[in-house]
Amino acid sequence: MGNGSCLLSSLLSTGFAGQTIQFSSKDDVTFGVDGFLQYELFGQKLWLTTTHIAMLIVILALVVFALIANRVIKRADPEKAPGPFLNVIEYMVESIDNLTKANMGEKHGGKFSNYIGTIFCFILVANVAGLFGLRPPTADYGVTFGLALITFILIHYNGFKYQKMAHITNLFKPVLLTPINIIGELATPLSMSLRLFGNVLSGTVMMGLIYGLIGKFAIVWPSFLHGYFDVFSGAIQTYVFAMLTMVFISNNFEEE
Amino acid sequence: MTDKGLILACSAIGAGLAMIAGIGPGVGQGIAAGHGASAVGRNPGAKGTIMSTMLLGQAVAETTGLYGFAVAIILLFANPLIGRL
Repeated sequence: MGNGSCLLSSLLSTGFAGQTIQFSSKDDVTFGVDGFLQYELFGQKLWLTTTHIAMLIVILALVVFALIANRVIKRADPEKAPGPFLNVIEYMVESIDNLTKANMGEKHGGKFSNYIGTIFCFILVANVAGLFGLRPPTADYGVTFGLALITFILIHYNGFKYQKMAHITNLFKPVLLTPINIIGELATPLSMSLRLFGNVLSGTVMMGLIYGLIGKFAIVWPSFLHGYFDVFSGAIQTYVFAMLTMVFISNNFEEE
Repeated sequence: MTDKGLILACSAIGAGLAMIAGIGPGVGQGIAAGHGASAVGRNPGAKGTIMSTMLLGQAVAETTGLYGFAVAIILLFANPLIGRL
């Protein structure tokens, strides 16, 4: 078994975890994925890592928020003015509806606001998780590549749905450019996932270096770095991921 | 110097060289931000559209720099060359 496939499988299945890949060689600098628990599945050694646990916490937070929002919406009285929490929920739903309709057209936009809203909430909370002492789940290539693969499948599902066979024949449109077209299609999920992963990981590495190397002097002032790397960069990358998803999907609508 | 030490040292130098890729996105994002600022100055009403277009373009321009970053991270923490010894 070559080392390349080993690296690839460890990148895809457990992220940067495992015994061959060590992010944190010392105790004081920690910005890597740490394995908590090793288990075997189908003869493969796998790890339960910080990514899984951080992702579970993120999902739990989102589920709790969704349950509370559901309760509030059900009990809402249409005769009265909405309370502050209901106002926030309405604003979120409306802004995501407007975003999808502005970018994908009035006709198709509404159908995709579910998906866009879901990935928007998940990536945003996952990116901001660094503020709460978790390692951001999106700083693991397994997570971002999974998200990008969902988008990739959605792009081509809608391509076949709206363009029928022209979706394939468009690849051979200028015959000489066929390889470039195919590589361009395959590079879409790769570049989308690497963009999110790289941005979040660079922030995580910087914060890990700051807290690890100058530990005792990093008291209050790193908070503005958190503001940049976690909140600003995280929000921008969330917006960019959702935006690119919408642009790539709506490319298929135009040539009906 | 052992073989492993040589590979580790060269990998560290290579990781540093790979981050030279950060120059291009820096220049590109700066140009995009400058043109965005002048566009807002010319037409302040279209600030929202200009901002979103600028951010999208900057994020796409950043991709090549992030490829360099990915190469550097792989060289440092997931070095494929050590396995070839």
